[in-house]
Amino acid sequence: MPTSEPLFRMEGISKRYGGVRALENAELTVEAGKVHAILGENGAGKSTLIKIMSGVVAPDEGRMLLDGREVTFADPAAANAAGIVCIFQELSLIPELSVGDNIIASNPPKRFGMIDRRAQRKLAEEALKRAGGGDIHPSTLVRDLPLSRRQIVEIAKALARKPRILILDEATSALTASDVKTVFEVLKRLRDEGIALLYISHRMHEIAELADTCTVFRNGRNIESYAAGSKSDEQVVELMIGREYHNVFPPKPVPKAETIKPVLEVDSLTWAPRLNGVSFTLKPGEVVGLGGLDGQGQRELLLALFGVLRGTSGQVKVDGVPVSLKSPRQARADRVGMALIPEDRKTEGLMLPMSVRDNLSFAAMSMFSRAGVIDRGVERRAIDEMIRLLAIKTDGIAVPAGSLSGGNQQKLVIAKWLMRRPRIILLNDPTRGIDVGTKQEIYLLLRRLADEGAAIVLYSTDYDELIGCCDKVLVMYDGAVRRTLVGGDITERALIASALSIDTRTDEGAATLTPATA
Amino acid sequence: MSEFRFWFAGQRGTLLALVIFLVMFSIYVVNHPAIANGGFTVDTVGDVVQTAANKGVLLALVAMAQTFVVLTAGIDLSVGMVFILGNCLASYIVAGSMPMAILGALAVVAVGAICGAVNGLIVIFGRLQPIVVTIATGAVFFGLALWMRPFPGTSADFNSDLADALTGKLFGVIPASLVLLAVLVLVIWIPWRRSEIGRATYAAGSSEVAAYMSGMPIRRAKFLAYVLAGAFAAMGGVFLTFFTYSGEASASNGGTYTLFSIAAVVLGGVSLFGGRGSAVGAIFGALAFRAIGDLLFVFNLDPLWQPLFQGVVLLLAVSVGSARLFQVRNRLELFN
Repeated sequence: MPTSEPLFRMEGISKRYGGVRALENAELTVEAGKVHAILGENGAGKSTLIKIMSGVVAPDEGRMLLDGREVTFADPAAANAAGIVCIFQELSLIPELSVGDNIIASNPPKRFGMIDRRAQRKLAEEALKRAGGGDIHPSTLVRDLPLSRRQIVEIAKALARKPRILILDEATSALTASDVKTVFEVLKRLRDEGIALLYISHRMHEIAELADTCTVFRNGRNIESYAAGSKSDEQVVELMIGREYHNVFPPKPVPKAETIKPVLEVDSLTWAPRLNGVSFTLKPGEVVGLGGLDGQGQRELLLALFGVLRGTSGQVKVDGVPVSLKSPRQARADRVGMALIPEDRKTEGLMLPMSVRDNLSFAAMSMFSRAGVIDRGVERRAIDEMIRLLAIKTDGIAVPAGSLSGGNQQKLVIAKWLMRRPRIILLNDPTRGIDVGTKQEIYLLLRRLADEGAAIVLYSTDYDELIGCCDKVLVMYDGAVRRTLVGGDITERALIASALSIDTRTDEGAATLTPATA
Repeated sequence: MSEFRFWFAGQRGTLLALVIFLVMFSIYVVNHPAIANGGFTVDTVGDVVQTAANKGVLLALVAMAQTFVVLTAGIDLSVGMVFILGNCLASYIVAGSMPMAILGALAVVAVGAICGAVNGLIVIFGRLQPIVVTIATGAVFFGLALWMRPFPGTSADFNSDLADALTGKLFGVIPASLVLLAVLVLVIWIPWRRSEIGRATYAAGSSEVAAYMSGMPIRRAKFLAYVLAGAFAAMGGVFLTFFTYSGEASASNGGTYTLFSIAAVVLGGVSLFGGRGSAVGAIFGALAFRAIGDLLFVFNLDPLWQPLFQGVVLLLAVSVGSARLFQVRNRLELFN
């Protein structure tokens, strides 16, 4: 045979969880030296497929062939040994161990039965450099690193295992634009070295840039495989969601009249060194975006407004009255009416083992209690309404929140705060790692809430989202608002340029980027 | 310079325990009647240190045992009972000629390791919570000890030479018990800490899911942690026999050592959430805790005040560790 057999093949793979069918007779062929993108909504079976490939779960039916030979994996270590390494969406780093220890987590170099720390250090440094994280010190504890840096460490860790097939599951969702660029260079080099890459992402432009082949999954089956670039974005999304696809963003209303009084006024809010004098105003009905590179103080701004940070200076006015919020409890109180949808839904947003009902009630308990006793009837009606409003897919309200899919968990976090009917809603990257369908529902919801009079601050690492959703975008740099973009000025070019703190000069339609003089 | 910074950050808990111990022990030594009356000489200080070391080493061994399990984010409430079981067993079989007695002592340690293995197997394969499992197995171990020694006693040919050698002084200066502790650190703790399985233990305690996903040998690591805990607790029991020349199935002693081992571990900078700390810190924690308990004695106060005083000083000492919370500027960090 002139053509060599594929590196890896999955045939007739099925997997059920209880009564739920996660995969049904799915197939996948992976070739060396190619980037293969897997697309599909959350719940389409992508995660299960990857888990089976990497030895986390065993399939009910079907077989896997590596180099034409049938293989089974008892655990992730067995898959790793066969050369299949996965970078999971939920990070696999150990917070209390150092970066170096994490990168060389399995099979460290040994001398006299003990770990050879000098050799390990060298390996870790090499892997970090290959992953574009040469600036990270291998002795740093992982818990002291921000999320985006951890992701680089995660990639370095995978590389240190010398993979033949590298699976990236939403590996860029926590990365800043510049980190993504670095990672892509690394991935392209790995492809040229002959490694097979399996790339799962919800970001279409990343797939367009990187992928050679694409496979779309829907309802546990592989629907179609095609060469990258042979279909338009709209066609791909139609394959994914199986229904007609229109613009995901709802139309923006006409700008609000100048006469409307702001609900929130922030003046020189400072929390040195991360926030250096942030000022802005927020009106009812407005969706204000926070843009800029990751880690320029956007998260801290939201936390400071919500009363989480100690020792802030500057002034915050609600309805024109100065307030000093010392805890989330004060921030959510009725006279302020603030809500924060946190970044990490699994730790800050939900109690995963507790029921959907309990999770929805936590923030709003006082609203359906009389004299400290919860009125279960009122609670039930409020919860049902919220589940219907957000179209949360759940097997009733008694199941644990952890059993819901990622997108539905995120809806649950939002629903939990909407129960209180907040007037000021702060969102910290709410659509990270969520499928297109759910994203669209969240965009529609945000716009409707704004139309009903809520004021919204949306931090997002996805530029498309800022462009599509926001009436105004505050681009932050080094803890301050560097530039405010309004209406039609919110373009990808303007966002990137101001995020990098670069001046854009438009000369007869041809824009050039020049570095700002420091 | 920056290397040192990372090392220091990693050892902060241990160093803090060392400082607390040095402060407490200095106060103790300076005010000790033997030194106050007999003068500050090699002999008097040597005697005081030897007595303190012998008392301290018991708790230090049990605290080391506790450290292994606490590092996995578990807790072992049976260490005190394994300690008592070791004591009762040793009072029978650390007997006869020197080689026989040494073999007997090793056999006691092996029995302790088996007790630990039982704990480990139930926790790992039964997927039960360590606190519940070890309460139950602790009662079983104590029952065995009571069956073995319904009344305090000792074997007719108990080998007191071995006991005296290990509780005496080496070259007339250094307490042998401290030397043994140092040997255990060098021969068991440090190799374990630097082995793959040791690191897997820390990893499992810090984030078991992440450790599993990284393909680390977490089951073996946790199992070994329980086995080592049993072995160290039994070693403590052997030492108790060396001091008392007898075995006694005392429930109150067992309970006390279990609880004190937890106090010592916390004082020694080992996180009860798992994944952080060192047995060296636990040793200093144990010695400091003992020194705190003995302070009343040198100040000639009524011994009835001891538990109250010990509790207050322990509270103050662990508060030092949480002093950094006053500097926290992001309230979310209060919960980590």
